[in-house]
Amino acid sequence: MRYLPLTESDRRAMLAAIGVPSVDSLFRDVPESAWLKKPVEGLPDHMGELAVDRALTAMAAKSVTAGSAPFFIGGGAYKHHVPASVDHLIQRGEFMTSYTPYQPEVTQGTLQYLFEFQTQVALITGMDVANASMYDGSTAVAEAVVMANRVTRREKAVVSGGLHPMYREVIDTHARFLGFEVVAGRIDPTSAEDLIDRIDDKTSCVVVQNPDFFGNLRDFTKLAEACQARGALLIVAVTEIVSLGAVKSPGEMGADIVVAEGQSIGNALNFGGPYVGLFATRDKYVRQMPGRLAGQTVDADGRRGWVLTLSTREQHIRREKATSNICTNSGLCALAFTIHMSLLGEDGFTRLAALNHAAAASLAGKLAGVKGVEVLTGSFFNEFTVRLSKPAAEVVEALAEKNILAGIPVSRLIPGRDDLANLLVIAATEVNTEADMDALAKGLTEVLS
Amino acid sequence: MSDWSKAVSAFKSAGEGAPTMTGNLGLQLEEPLIFEQGEDGRCGVDLPPVPKVESKLGGLARKGRIGLPGLSEPQVVRHYTRLSQKNYAIDAGLYPLGSCTMKHNPRLNEKMARLPGFSDVHPLQPVSTVQGALELIDTLAHWLKTLTGMPAVAMSPAAGAHGELCGMMAIRAAIEAKGERRTRVLVPESAHGTNPATAAACGYIVDPIPANARGRVDIEAFKAKLGDDVAAVMITNPNTCGLFESEIIEIAELIHSVGGYFYCDGANFNAIVGRVRPGDLGVDAMHINLHKTFSTPHGGGGPGAGPVVLSEALAKFVPMPYVVQEAGSYKLVEHEGEGGQNFGRLKAFQGQMGMFVRALTYMMSHGADGLRQVASDAVLNANYILARLKDEMSPAFDGPCMHEALFDDTFLKGTGVTTLDFAKAMIDEGYHPMTMYFPLVVHGALLIEPTETESKDAIDQFIAVLGGLAQRAKQGDQADWFRAAPRYTPRRRLDETSAARKPILRWMPETESKEAAD
Ligand SMILES: Cc1ncc(COP(=O)(O)O)c(C=O)c1O
Repeated sequence: MRYLPLTESDRRAMLAAIGVPSVDSLFRDVPESAWLKKPVEGLPDHMGELAVDRALTAMAAKSVTAGSAPFFIGGGAYKHHVPASVDHLIQRGEFMTSYTPYQPEVTQGTLQYLFEFQTQVALITGMDVANASMYDGSTAVAEAVVMANRVTRREKAVVSGGLHPMYREVIDTHARFLGFEVVAGRIDPTSAEDLIDRIDDKTSCVVVQNPDFFGNLRDFTKLAEACQARGALLIVAVTEIVSLGAVKSPGEMGADIVVAEGQSIGNALNFGGPYVGLFATRDKYVRQMPGRLAGQTVDADGRRGWVLTLSTREQHIRREKATSNICTNSGLCALAFTIHMSLLGEDGFTRLAALNHAAAASLAGKLAGVKGVEVLTGSFFNEFTVRLSKPAAEVVEALAEKNILAGIPVSRLIPGRDDLANLLVIAATEVNTEADMDALAKGLTEVLS
Repeated sequence: MSDWSKAVSAFKSAGEGAPTMTGNLGLQLEEPLIFEQGEDGRCGVDLPPVPKVESKLGGLARKGRIGLPGLSEPQVVRHYTRLSQKNYAIDAGLYPLGSCTMKHNPRLNEKMARLPGFSDVHPLQPVSTVQGALELIDTLAHWLKTLTGMPAVAMSPAAGAHGELCGMMAIRAAIEAKGERRTRVLVPESAHGTNPATAAACGYIVDPIPANARGRVDIEAFKAKLGDDVAAVMITNPNTCGLFESEIIEIAELIHSVGGYFYCDGANFNAIVGRVRPGDLGVDAMHINLHKTFSTPHGGGGPGAGPVVLSEALAKFVPMPYVVQEAGSYKLVEHEGEGGQNFGRLKAFQGQMGMFVRALTYMMSHGADGLRQVASDAVLNANYILARLKDEMSPAFDGPCMHEALFDDTFLKGTGVTTLDFAKAMIDEGYHPMTMYFPLVVHGALLIEPTETESKDAIDQFIAVLGGLAQRAKQGDQADWFRAAPRYTPRRRLDETSAARKPILRWMPETESKEAAD
């Protein structure tokens, strides 16, 4: 077996040094009744590289890839172009095969990029501080609610109907087991709900998303003021992080916690994971934050260096009193984010955002001219909702037959609502060509006629 | 005359006493933050001009600069290459972190994970267009169930701790479905911090159980804590002392006899894969860290994946989504049907697909026969270290151990050298330290996990270094020497106390950071 260096004679010599006759005798603490005498049944034996490569390549070929079709799906995961150097750099063994930087003298590389990552996240969200990543946007939003409950010592979250339905479900799961209340906002793709009215003195937080699941952009400045007046925290979720290159940041609007899905920068679609959760807040709440934090310090010779810090918040020190149970996070995805963001810089990030917005605006214009399509979203970034003259799920299937991946039928995420059945959420990014957009418009024309 | 030494000392970080002008030491290169290298008007990507369209931002356009630095591609590549060179890694050497399973990460895994049919597929594509991706998830699920002897598996958890949460939620859902209310979860004192943190995050009170003199759960103490308010016991097996819980079947029967469940922390599955099936031990739920046993890279802290295998009693509470096979094609169940009992959703989408591909690649490469050999060699390597160092260092418990060898700091008694000092001295000899001060039940713990991917030569070398350092410590009068280690790393010991007292968690422009300090 190519990954196992011990030879039979090594094994014999080692057993002799230990003073036991066989490896079996090293397993003597395992109850006899649970011993497997031979390899597990029902699984194949070992395979060479070529054989594994063939088998998995054949399996992979059974899916339609985003790059092989006009592609307009978003909803919390976006297809962007990632520069080739990003994937090359994250595969350097010194990054990829290193552990969490608990020994700072031999992991300054990891610690420094985490410090850069934290700074980038704080800058684009407009917040004071960010952590070294969460699993993804959906788990980050649930952690944010739990943190808000802790900060305010209250147990009621008001959650906007515009929050990604899966994010909402993750919050609901935590609420069920921790026993806090969730007040759900109205799901309406067109008009803003009045969340201010729902805040009372038991409310720990209000959770909104910008742009929301349907693509709507909103200014939450007034909501932030109302939260502050009543002692609740405003949590803003961002599922398309590229939007922050064009849109007023949640920090400017007065958010207390910003959580985001960072996949768009540096990371592939990967059928849903691994992604990278971003988590940023105000300085005053830093000791209530979940997750790891890299901080600046000096070494024994007075030179600047980095360490993991404020770990008395974390499970390995605080155990059941920790701010979260998270340990492994999204390290390497955070590195991909950092590298891609470094390549973009101010000019690249803002231009990328402008290109995305232009693509979506142009697509919305084209689709508005298709019979049976009504564009519902007035102000948006790179994603918007349309109402079709037929159920969206059927239309999407029909377009998939034509090799067009058209968007997300709202009914897939929110089933059982007749008023939403014909809604389709469509995203456009810098990867979409004019020809892609024409193909979608043409496909819709055919399917809806 | 111009002062050239000032001109080259561009690196504020180099410090006053540096032996070179730059602070560089040959191949060890100082590297400023990207924020200190940026220049306006520079960019590392070439994007086309933005077409003129009417803005749809509804007056919410960002005003003012973000503050991101501008760098070109060669600068970025060099920057991150230099940073990488400040890291220790498995690719570079033995990485004996106990409990973390730092084994070789095959590059075939990386290649397979990047096949467009897995990596360039959106989680919300029509199910008819993602059959290959679903097949991969289903195939991995089959391997996990077969290897553990368990009937069901939840694939969505993002890491070990997330898997713990999933398992404990399934347990709580099962208890509530019976109309019961239980409040306590028993957790051994030797447990990893995520175990008590998870139990608390699931709304339970954590009740610790002590270890006995043999490094296992004290079964009398455990019995004394049992009652009808106990929801579960969370036991790591092999445990964090690197030992198999020999009374595990009895423990499972006891917890079941009071109506509670057995959560097994499967972080140490590497020691038993292919040799013992947790399903035969009475386990109800167990997470598997794919980034440990199944070799998906640790990536400097993540990402990982933590699928949870479940017993028959818990199977119907499995969270959404899950894959089912129907009439020759794969379906994804994303919503609760009538009468369903699953406990909800833990995460958007269907799990850490990229990690699934890597893990399955690794499993297929080894096969059933190779995986059994993995456990055998991992345990053999650890026992070899334990045997060869038992006189020079002080084993915490009698062997045999499983996949990791645990020492306490008795051998350092009276030397003035601490576990930390000892570990830092290893760094200068070219090794990443072992896990230190964990588990908490052992004084000054040094937990060594070599894994199966080390050769005997590499292990002999490692043993010689540890033996040599132990001898040096015991010579006496060496405390200062150890305390000064490491000496030859990009940075020497870092001041963690002041880092926590006055946290600097992001870069600030010099003017602003001055203001903040004043
Ligand atoms: C024994 C044990 N349990 C649980 C965990 C948590 O796993 P993860 O880091 O994947 O969340 C770890 C890993 O550090 C561990 O060693």
